Amino acid sequence: MSHTDHGNARPLLRATDLQKSFGEHQVLKSIDLLIGKGQVLALIGPSGSGKTTVLRCLNGLEIPDGGEVAFDGGPAVAFAPGTTQKQAQVLRTRSAMVFQNYNLFPHMTVLENVIEGPVQVQRRKRAEAIAEAESLLARVGLAEKRDAYPHQLSGGQQQRVGIVRALALKPSLLLFDEPTSALDPELVGDVLKVIKELADEDWTMVLVTHELAFAREVADEVVFMDQGVVVERGHPEVVLRNPRNERTKQFVHRLLNPF
Amino acid sequence: MQIDWQLFGDSLWPIVLGGLSSTIPLSLASFAIGLAIALVMALMRLSRNPVVSFLARAYISVIRGTPLLVQLFVIFYGLPSIGLTLNPWPSAIIAFSLNVGGYAAEVIRAAILSVPKGQWEAGYTIGMSRTTTLRRVILPQAARVSVPPLSNTFISLVKDTSLASLILVTELFRRAQEIAAFSQEFMLIYIEAAMVYWVLCLVLSAGQTRLERRFDRYVAH
Repeated sequence: MSHTDHGNARPLLRATDLQKSFGEHQVLKSIDLLIGKGQVLALIGPSGSGKTTVLRCLNGLEIPDGGEVAFDGGPAVAFAPGTTQKQAQVLRTRSAMVFQNYNLFPHMTVLENVIEGPVQVQRRKRAEAIAEAESLLARVGLAEKRDAYPHQLSGGQQQRVGIVRALALKPSLLLFDEPTSALDPELVGDVLKVIKELADEDWTMVLVTHELAFAREVADEVVFMDQGVVVERGHPEVVLRNPRNERTKQFVHRLLNPF
Repeated sequence: MQIDWQLFGDSLWPIVLGGLSSTIPLSLASFAIGLAIALVMALMRLSRNPVVSFLARAYISVIRGTPLLVQLFVIFYGLPSIGLTLNPWPSAIIAFSLNVGGYAAEVIRAAILSVPKGQWEAGYTIGMSRTTTLRRVILPQAARVSVPPLSNTFISLVKDTSLASLILVTELFRRAQEIAAFSQEFMLIYIEAAMVYWVLCLVLSAGQTRLERRFDRYVAH
């Protein structure tokens, strides 16, 4: 078990009363999250529960209708109708995201994908960025793929590049949006192994996932969402093994016993 | 009909020279300026600001809804009556650029829209602004999609420059007309001119193929 006690850790991110509607449909009703430094938080729940929307609100990809997100040491970004993309962009400098469909840049090689942020956005020295990218790629076993284009890689390899691209930004928070959902089953393990290693290195992470066994292994806290609200949250052993709430029970049971 | 090969040979160089000195530079300049106009129009058309978007829509509609020949005449013969007299060359470049701008704007807009939304988001999440994402992530991918339709626009433009002969630009077709009028060999000379255009377009098609291949590097087959 990799659970460490982050109960007293300094909070890195606090999201308060997040609300979001798409048209008439209210996707997030009032979501509060507190993520400590080095903590791994797993967001689980049925599709349509709003968990991906929560994740996307944390880096301003989605602008909530209300509530606020604040990083330790940074200004709180308070959302209201009329909040601009520019304000939301403030949030993005603190985090990096790994997408379900990888979203690598197809016109760039693996190496170019990884150094794009450090060089173009963070204005770091190219040689330095390349050296770091190479060592990160070596770490996930893709050193020899540095000059390949994304379409020449398997899904699992692409996702590992996606993770490296995120790490290269040296963010204080890593966001994972169902990172293994688009993968063939036999490729899931390689990606989860990398995420597990990051958790062990005390990266702060928020992970939207359907892999409950994995969540139980890496998460410090599990948050179960349904219909735009947090139904239950707590230690993974509790939420995933002995949930108190009826809806959580049903969801966990269905995922662990699909037939 | 007796083919006058002597005349054919003698007139070939003057006609080709008309192409080299006028048709090609006129096409290149108009296409380059036209692409810049098109990019601006495409972005305006995609703007969330309804006024900006409307202006681009109106521009595209006028350009596509009126004959190129009329556009040329308005600029060369029409503008002087409101005190703005332009020489044939500037008139031609302005008219052709505006025309390419209208047609290529829709091509570029469609190409930008064809890039998946996830690519924008990936740009944003590595910290890029909208403009940087457009420049570094979206446009390079849109460029690949645009090559075939923009090549079409370019090839049409090369042929359409023959209309400039009607506003006194001495380009390829104007040369041919002069030689034909002088020699009275209309069939021979006009077919010769057609052949020169055709060869020019063959070269351009070959260029298109090369460009497509270069872009194909990063696409799955």
